[in-house]
Amino acid sequence: MSDIQQQGKPLTLGGLVIILSLLIISLLFIAPILLVFLNSFKGKLFVINTPFAFPNDESFTGINNYVSGIAATGFFSAFGWSLFITVFSVAIIVLFTSMTAWYITRSTGRFCKGLYYAFVFAMIVPFQMVMFPLTKVANFLHLDNPLGILVLYLGFGSAQSVFLFSGFVKSVPIAVEEAATIDGCTPIRAYFSVIFPMLAPIAVTVAILNAMWVWNDFLLPNLVIGSEYRTIPVAVQYLRGGYGSIDWGYMMAMIGLAVIPIIIFYFVCQKHIIQGVTAGSVKG
Amino acid sequence: MEKSLKKYFLFFVGPTLIAFLIAFVIPFIAGIILSFARFTTMTDISWVGFSNYVRAFSNSDFVNALKFSALFTVVSVIIINVAAFSLALLLTRGIMGTNIFRTMIFMPNLIGGIVLGYIWQFIINGFLSIFGVTITVDAKYGFWGLVILSNWQFIGYMMIIFIAGIQNIPGDIMEAATIDGAGPFTVLRKITIPLVMPSITITLFMTIANSFKMFDQNLALTAGAPGKETAMVALDIYNTFYSRVGWEGVGQAKALMFFLVVVVITLVQLTITRRKEITN
Repeated sequence: MSDIQQQGKPLTLGGLVIILSLLIISLLFIAPILLVFLNSFKGKLFVINTPFAFPNDESFTGINNYVSGIAATGFFSAFGWSLFITVFSVAIIVLFTSMTAWYITRSTGRFCKGLYYAFVFAMIVPFQMVMFPLTKVANFLHLDNPLGILVLYLGFGSAQSVFLFSGFVKSVPIAVEEAATIDGCTPIRAYFSVIFPMLAPIAVTVAILNAMWVWNDFLLPNLVIGSEYRTIPVAVQYLRGGYGSIDWGYMMAMIGLAVIPIIIFYFVCQKHIIQGVTAGSVKG
Repeated sequence: MEKSLKKYFLFFVGPTLIAFLIAFVIPFIAGIILSFARFTTMTDISWVGFSNYVRAFSNSDFVNALKFSALFTVVSVIIINVAAFSLALLLTRGIMGTNIFRTMIFMPNLIGGIVLGYIWQFIINGFLSIFGVTITVDAKYGFWGLVILSNWQFIGYMMIIFIAGIQNIPGDIMEAATIDGAGPFTVLRKITIPLVMPSITITLFMTIANSFKMFDQNLALTAGAPGKETAMVALDIYNTFYSRVGWEGVGQAKALMFFLVVVVITLVQLTITRRKEITN
């Protein structure tokens, strides 16, 4: 109950109205997700015709949508690819961009300063600007597979990550690093045993922001590894049939399955996510 | 230190730099070049000057998409920021259940655009079915559908940023103002808003950029239907590349103009709001 700062202050009528309206607003924010789960147990026609009704004897189909939906979309394979790509992209983004950010912040060379501005510039460039040439380059370099796409995620994710790490490095006292070097550490050793641990708070932020982006990303995996290695967003998009027809029973079940891991992730690291979002924006 | 570091450039910067070159620098430069070219294969390129740009504009889809995106951005940026700021004000007053409310309102932001698009297509169509129509019957439905969707997705995120900004205001300033007899509206106008300007700069930047670049939500919600009336710029560019053979150069010309528009809008916004920030 740490968020009750004004304890002892009696609850006024106005206060009660505020709490009740906030309750209604926040229920509205999660209602769509609840509706998805509710409808995932109904036959497809009922999803379209009576979306706001509870399942009844007529509309209830048990877990049919889930069973057939999983088979139709290859959900488990999509889940596996999404997990693989997200975990490894985030790992290499955090590792390599923190090293880069530290180096270019500490270096006084012109090239490094220029590189920093190149990363800042890349942050505002819309993906559509590079989309088409990027897919061609990826094909040419044989990066059009789940391992190759990690390189693309590192490259495209590096802009914001280097920027965030750099901002943090500037606030880390240089004396600690110098002490480590004087004690005979090579920069590599100093980095891994002294500097990187100090960057942990911003590393968590960078990891969370990138995990949210990569897990939900649709265009890059769709264009580069699309039909062969579908990630969850790509698999969901493929549920739209050739002529725009959608089996809404499958769709509800697949959305439900796609949302569950996110909800679990949210409740496990809620505090870090909210802090990460704050840190990631205020530093900008 | 500086000297001994030089040898380690490749170790520290190499991997990121190579990936950055492959994923960003080379495609960016190639993109500029391709916008002035027509090509049948990647190696068979002929220079066409500005003709791709002319073709981009002579085709009304692009102009419509720009207008649609601009209108959508104005409407959704205003609603998102006003709503997020109001919620942030309410949720920094130590009301019971504050943390639970914040948690619930932020949650939709974690769900990806494609999934969000289908969630809202289903809800909006479910609602419209009462009147016997669907979201793709009229561009108005698609427009407001996108506004509702983006509100639902971004209000929580911006609210979190505003909350951080409001909590950073030193307590003694507020206290002094209250002692001096300032009412809640004076406090809001003279203290809260000026002191959260850095947050406003960021939320405006993010909401403008997000709204203008929106793609996944657009593709999943309406895919541009009816016709191409609800296609935003990003979707129009995508369609130019991937559903019209021989239009790659035109798509790239559109993409380059899109990039310039985004840069100009965000730079103008950043300069204006930064100027209003108080340095203390």
